Amino acid sequence: MTENLFIGYIDRPTFLHHLSGSTKLIGFISFSIIGMVTFDTRFLLGILIMSLVLFHYAQIRYREVALIVKVIIAFAALNLIMVYVFGPGYGMQIYGTKHLILGNSQHYFNLSWEELFYLFNLLLKYVFAVPLALIFLLTTNPSEFAASLNKIGISYRISYAFEIALRYIPTVQRDYRTISLAQQARGYEMSKTAPLMQRAKGAVQILLPLIFTSLERIETISQAMALRRFGQQHKRTWYMARPFKTADYLSLIVIAVWLILGIYLFKVNNGRFWNPFK
Amino acid sequence: MKKKTDSIQSVVATGIGAAIIFVLMKFVAIPTGIPNTQVNVAEGFLPLLAAIYGPITAGLAIFIGHALNDFVTYGSPWWTWVIVDGLVGVAFGFLKNKLQIQAGALSVAKLVWFNIYQVIVNFIGWVLLAPTGDILIYHEPAGKVYIQGLTTWVVNSLSVAIIGTILLVLYSRTRTKHGSLKKED
Repeated sequence: MTENLFIGYIDRPTFLHHLSGSTKLIGFISFSIIGMVTFDTRFLLGILIMSLVLFHYAQIRYREVALIVKVIIAFAALNLIMVYVFGPGYGMQIYGTKHLILGNSQHYFNLSWEELFYLFNLLLKYVFAVPLALIFLLTTNPSEFAASLNKIGISYRISYAFEIALRYIPTVQRDYRTISLAQQARGYEMSKTAPLMQRAKGAVQILLPLIFTSLERIETISQAMALRRFGQQHKRTWYMARPFKTADYLSLIVIAVWLILGIYLFKVNNGRFWNPFK
Repeated sequence: MKKKTDSIQSVVATGIGAAIIFVLMKFVAIPTGIPNTQVNVAEGFLPLLAAIYGPITAGLAIFIGHALNDFVTYGSPWWTWVIVDGLVGVAFGFLKNKLQIQAGALSVAKLVWFNIYQVIVNFIGWVLLAPTGDILIYHEPAGKVYIQGLTTWVVNSLSVAIIGTILLVLYSRTRTKHGSLKKED
């Protein structure tokens, strides 16, 4: 369970592993924000192709990411079906033209090229960031994550909270499993066959011990941190922080060029949509 | 000095809280039968975290937990929902002074008040803010996102009403009541 859940950092000698975590973080956040806003198919395809090329260079094997890829495909399919069912004519409304393939405009359910194109854009938006996210997860040492957050300007207390979360997820998970097994041994039925209320009750029976152990743990960790004088200064240094090198500056320039291109396309398209039907 | 330890505690509570929320979101979901919606136990844990540590810790913890969970499950966080979840956490945090959970067992009136408040907060979050954000940012059809929002509202409110209330009551019972000790004559 632990292995396949938290697909983790694997050290390999590629240039993506050598980039500083801050560069990768800035890249991921910029691409995910601009990709979230834009509906320009060319731009989204461009990012997707670039990220697939990077994915290839990161030497990540399919086996390592198979599970997450399957989940994402299921999620995207379900969402696209829902989007279609709730607004089959939405594409035509956005692009303002009508190229019907099936049915006519009197029917609620019809299929148009505009709708297909809109759904294709949505699909791109769901998946374009996935290779980037996987690259980020698999090539960045989690211990470097907090240092990177702090470097891009987030307060070190919040960065530290992130770091504690990453550090304690496996521990909480282990606690959860131990408690769950112990409670099941005492006869609390939690499996899929149990009725809803019984499962809710079972969940509470696991939650309580988990919460009380965690509250105690919060006490202990805070005391340990207080003893080490955490929070005495306005700044702190990070053991895992990496200084920027030439490759980092080059990558940041590439990211900036993409961003400027994305913003320029808003102007060219007069809005967020690229309309090939006109 | 008291203030310093409090601030360290809220940093640690944010981290551990986020870790718990992550694990709960990942493993302890009870399906309702409607696809893509589930009784989210993590939402039930949120009020307790908020009542003990206040708005900033609760808001940040659910923000971090939800974002990390989306990140490792779907590849990229669904920002509108992550942010709304954070805001719901902050809103619950304002209950800290009202509930006074450290002062001993909660009265029925407080619990009723808490539940009315949480249903309203969830309504604002999941029916008003989240779908509107989806329409503005992700440009999805209104029907789809409002159905998702409504279901989430019902399911999250139920989760908070059942699991949240139980947790608050059980936790507050472990606290010593203010003024429960009397000097012997």
